[in-house]
Amino acid sequence: MLTRSEVMYTEEIREILAKHARLAVDVKELADNSNLYQAGLTSLTTVNLMLAIEDHFDIEFPDSLLGRNTFGSIEAISEAVEEVLNS
Amino acid sequence: MHGFPVPQPSPNLAAILERVHAIGRDTIAPHADAVDRDARFPTEAIEALKSEKLLSAYVPPEHGGMGLNISDLSKICEALAFYCASTAMIFAMHQIQVACIVHHALGSEYFQRYVEELVERQYLIASATTELGIGGDVRSSICAVNVAGDTFTLEKQAPVISYGESADAILVTARKSEEASRNDQVHVLVKKSDYTLKRMSEWDTLGFRGTCSNGFVLTSQGCAEQILPVPYADIHSKTMHPFSHSVWGSLWLGIATDAVGRARSAVRAEARKNPSVPPVSALRLAEVDTVLFTMRSALQQTVHEYHQLLLNDDPEAFTNFGFALRVNNLKVTCSQLVVDIVSQAMIICGINGYRNDSKLSLGRHLRDAYGAALMVNNDRILGQNSTMQIMHREG
Repeated sequence: MLTRSEVMYTEEIREILAKHARLAVDVKELADNSNLYQAGLTSLTTVNLMLAIEDHFDIEFPDSLLGRNTFGSIEAISEAVEEVLNS
Repeated sequence: MHGFPVPQPSPNLAAILERVHAIGRDTIAPHADAVDRDARFPTEAIEALKSEKLLSAYVPPEHGGMGLNISDLSKICEALAFYCASTAMIFAMHQIQVACIVHHALGSEYFQRYVEELVERQYLIASATTELGIGGDVRSSICAVNVAGDTFTLEKQAPVISYGESADAILVTARKSEEASRNDQVHVLVKKSDYTLKRMSEWDTLGFRGTCSNGFVLTSQGCAEQILPVPYADIHSKTMHPFSHSVWGSLWLGIATDAVGRARSAVRAEARKNPSVPPVSALRLAEVDTVLFTMRSALQQTVHEYHQLLLNDDPEAFTNFGFALRVNNLKVTCSQLVVDIVSQAMIICGINGYRNDSKLSLGRHLRDAYGAALMVNNDRILGQNSTMQIMHREG
C-alpha cells in the first residue's frame, strides 16, 4: 500500500515516464502496479528513466536499489524514491 | 558487497570428481578426437555420465537426485573439459536446463514427477533460446505459445539447438501468447514425443564440433502444465544467465588448465634433458600460470557469489544490475583468457603441441577455445554491460 507521499510521487513519476520511457502504451492506461517491462520498457530506456528520476528528485539510487525490480512498476519506483528520500 | 563467506562444496564431491576423472581417462578421452573429427555426438561419454547418474546431479535428494550445488557442478564441468570440451559443454548445457526446472518449477506436481523420471531414466535436456530474426538476444522472442484450453502448440525456428537430435526433451523460450510483447516470455518443456525437428543448417565449425548444434525448425505441442509456472524474465535472471556463465566459464577453465598441464609436461621433459640448466620454457610456463591464476580467480569469485545468492534466496539480489554485470564480466573475461592461455601453452609445447598426433596436442583445445567468445558474442554482452554501467554503483 502506498503512503501519502508515495502517491504524490506517482504523479511526477508518470510524467517522467511519459517523457523518457518510450513505452508501447499511454502512461494513462497503466495502473500503479502494471509491469513496465511488459509495457515496453527496455534496458536502454531504463537508463534514461533512472537518470531522469535521479535528476528530478535530486537523489542517487544506492546499489541495493539498482536492479530490474526497482523500475518494474510505478509503485516500485515510488517506493524506491521514498526510501532514498527518507534515508 | 564483496565480503562474503565461501560456500562449501558438497562432502562427496572429491569422490565424484575421482570417478569423473576415471571416466574421462577411460571412456571420454579415447573418443574425443573422433568426436571432434567427425563432428559427432559423444555417445560413449554421455552414456558413461548417465551410468553415474550425473545427469541428475543438480536434482535435490528428496526427488532422487544427488543434490549437488553450483560450486560442485563448476568443478565437474572443469574436470570433463580436460578430456573433451564438447562433452563438457553438453553436460553443462544440460545442467542449466535442469537448474531452470529445479529453481522454478518444483512447486508443480507435473515437474516434480518429471524430475523423478529424469533421475530414473537420465533424460538429456537441450535448450532452444536463440531464434531466427532475434539472434543472441535471448530476452526477446518472435514465436509464441498458442494455448487452447489445457493444450498448446509452439513452433520455433532455432538457428542452433545443441545436441537437439540426441536430447530427450528441450526447454524452449517463446512469447507468452500471440498478443504478448517481445520480452513477455515463458519457458516451455517439450518432450521428444511432443515435437519434430526439421534440420535447417549443419554444424561444421572450428571447435565444439561434438555439440552438434544444428539449426532446426521445432514443431511441438503438449499440455499447458509443461509451461513453467513463472515468467521467463525471472528464470533468466536467477538461473539461465548466471548458471550458464558459471558452467561455461568452468569448462573453459578446464580447457585452459589441461593446456597448461600439457605445457608443464613439455617443460619437465626439457628439464630432464638438461637438469643443470632451467629451460627457457619454464619462465613462459610461470607466465602463463599467472594468467591461469587470474582466470581461476575470476571464475571462483563469481561462482561463490552466485552460490551464496542461491543459498540466501533473496529474489531482489538476482535482478541487481551489479550482479548481472559481474556475471557478464565472468563470461567476457574467461572467454578471452582461455584463448590467451592455450596459445601460450602451444608455444611452450612447441611442435608437439602443434601436431595433432602427440600426447601434447593442443589443436583441439585452441579451436574449442575460440568458440567461447562467440556464444553469445562478447560484443553483444559488452553492449548490455555498457548500458548497465550507468546503473551501477560499487560497494
